[in-house]
Amino acid sequence: MVSQHSGLLWLLPALPLLGAVINLFFGERLGRYAGWLASALVIASFGVALALMSQLLAKPADDRLFLEHLFSWIDVGRFHVGADLRLDDLSMTMVLVVTGIGALIHVYAIGYMADDPRYGRFFAYMNLFVFFMLMLVLGANYLVLYLGWEGVGLCSYLLIGFWSEVPANAEAAKKAFITTRIGDTLMLVGLALIVFRFGTLDFEVVFGTAGSVLTKDAATVIALLLFAGAIGKSAQVPLHVWLPDAMAGPTPVSALIHAATMVTAGVYLVVRSHVLFELSGVALTVVLVVGLVTAIFAATCAIAQQDIKRVLAYSTISQLGFMFMAVGMRAYAVAIFFLVAHAFYKALMFLGAGSVIHGMHDEQDMRQMGGLRRLMPITFVTFLIGALAQAGVPPLAGFFAKDAVLEVAQHTDRTAVYLLGSLGAFLSAFYLGRMLFLTFFREPRSDAARTAHESPPVMWVPLAILGFGVATAGWLNLTPEGRLAGFLQDVTGFGPGGNGLGTFELAGIAVVLSLTALVVTWWIYGSGRVDWQALREGLEPFPRAALRGWDVDRAYDTVVIQPAKAGAWITAYVVDARIIDGSVNAIGAGVRRLADRGRLIQTGFVRSYALVLFLGAVGILVYVGVRL
Amino acid sequence: MRTPVAYYLIVSGILFMLGTIGVLTRKNALLIFMSVELQLNAVNLSLVAFSRLHDDLTGQVLAFFSMVVAAAEVVVGLAIIVAIYRRRRSVDVDDVRELRW
Repeated sequence: MVSQHSGLLWLLPALPLLGAVINLFFGERLGRYAGWLASALVIASFGVALALMSQLLAKPADDRLFLEHLFSWIDVGRFHVGADLRLDDLSMTMVLVVTGIGALIHVYAIGYMADDPRYGRFFAYMNLFVFFMLMLVLGANYLVLYLGWEGVGLCSYLLIGFWSEVPANAEAAKKAFITTRIGDTLMLVGLALIVFRFGTLDFEVVFGTAGSVLTKDAATVIALLLFAGAIGKSAQVPLHVWLPDAMAGPTPVSALIHAATMVTAGVYLVVRSHVLFELSGVALTVVLVVGLVTAIFAATCAIAQQDIKRVLAYSTISQLGFMFMAVGMRAYAVAIFFLVAHAFYKALMFLGAGSVIHGMHDEQDMRQMGGLRRLMPITFVTFLIGALAQAGVPPLAGFFAKDAVLEVAQHTDRTAVYLLGSLGAFLSAFYLGRMLFLTFFREPRSDAARTAHESPPVMWVPLAILGFGVATAGWLNLTPEGRLAGFLQDVTGFGPGGNGLGTFELAGIAVVLSLTALVVTWWIYGSGRVDWQALREGLEPFPRAALRGWDVDRAYDTVVIQPAKAGAWITAYVVDARIIDGSVNAIGAGVRRLADRGRLIQTGFVRSYALVLFLGAVGILVYVGVRL
Repeated sequence: MRTPVAYYLIVSGILFMLGTIGVLTRKNALLIFMSVELQLNAVNLSLVAFSRLHDDLTGQVLAFFSMVVAAAEVVVGLAIIVAIYRRRRSVDVDDVRELRW
């Protein structure tokens, strides 16, 4: 492949970085303009992305690649790492999602964060996040990717804990950082193994020579270590526990970082490294199983949540599980298509939820809502589009994405995956219907819900644009091979084909399932014919357990955190205080006691000293005499 | 007829013992000091005696060194004793025993 230089590439991450720097240093003085500046720079970055897209499309299909060497980063002996950017079909898609949806969320945040005293700092962090996310997807080697990877983790931490006056928010930020760190550390080990085997971290070299360099087992180890990083970042079972708590951050943060972009970095990583995963084979199965388990598990948690944002958080975890399912079945293009579609509708729903929370004066409990469709019509319509999209109602984006995953499962004779995936889809339609009917239908259940107000245009315009995107993004992949799949083919290859039920039959089954779920939820939550609170009571203890995420947190607390704390206590107060400090102190005390005795020979009598001296001389003399 | 070297050594030994007893029994710093001089001179005497016995001048040279060092030592030592006397109006070594333990 002939790589070409495009002078624009560096501008993509540079613009948000500039915004971050300006807002960090002058954000206070900029006042209201800080948000507009940040948004403008991300929009400009999106513009650059569009320009690059047109350049990329102008090139022949097998040469769609821009490389840019910024500077030499590490240059030690035979080990070279450059700060290299790489724009190919896959990163182009990611860049468009990050900058496009990022820009909308920035504009939305201008309205959402309007009353916040640390307005400038918020946008500095947001811009910094976009910068790191772009570095992550643009890196031409694993080190640049890792830089972005850790950078987005940092921004995630800073933004989850943005309102750190509330201790719970700071706790949530710490939890998110530490939990993802577990995966990141394993991933770093994986990178070290890559350096060890290949002597380089460059994608081109690693993927080009992997077949001859790695044995199957080595590929499995490296792939699983990389996947561990993805599990942490993308909140898959068993490291999913941080994402629901991450909802402590401002809602635009949840939309941008914890729904549309950062959490999908794991999917990007696995798709990017799919050569290693395919070499291993086993690793792909692991990806599939983890994705499947997560998709079902998180969906069951989502059904029982009372907090509108936590429903969306569990829903995001579940949807990421679907993406990993697609990856695990080698349907990389489907996974990326799902990622794009999910970015649209989940960002839309988060922003819609943010609009609801804003209108409800920071109330997040769905039991306090109800009837909001009359008071917040625009939010309602856009939210409805997002929810229906994810529930899988055609012709919205989510329908095509989810259907593509199930279709791959069915066509590759993975019947169990297909059935469980359909169950996950049914559950997701169910919790979305529940959320929809509880929030927007029936009568208001609190004063806040009765006095809710529609959000200002700066908030609903991005919602409307996203709603339009959700309604149309499905067309990206409508043709049999799919436009997006064809575009990505150069990086991902074609997904597996096969025989099974026809596309239309599968789609029909999926739609029937989704509509059934929606009708059932309408009957329970929307029709007024069922007392849903009594129903919930009747099902105890399951709702309460699901509300707590099936007590995974408590299990971790018992199995990991308490033993670790006990170990730390023993180290601090027994090993360190008693054994290490104790032995040092004992030596000191011993010397002191010895000295207390020994110094008594210093009598101060000159003549006794003289006598000792004399006796000593005599002793030496006798000794010498005897020797002679 | 040469005097046998043993005579010198006997005298030297007697002088040294006198000096030693003086150092160990006297309380007056000056007298201790004088006794030390006596010991030094006893040693000088035996050095010279051996020098003659072996017909080797090294012993006499060593005796001169010893005298010079003794002179220097007397200067320092007496200065200390004078300083102690000025401070305490006494040169009794049993009184000067602060620097212990």
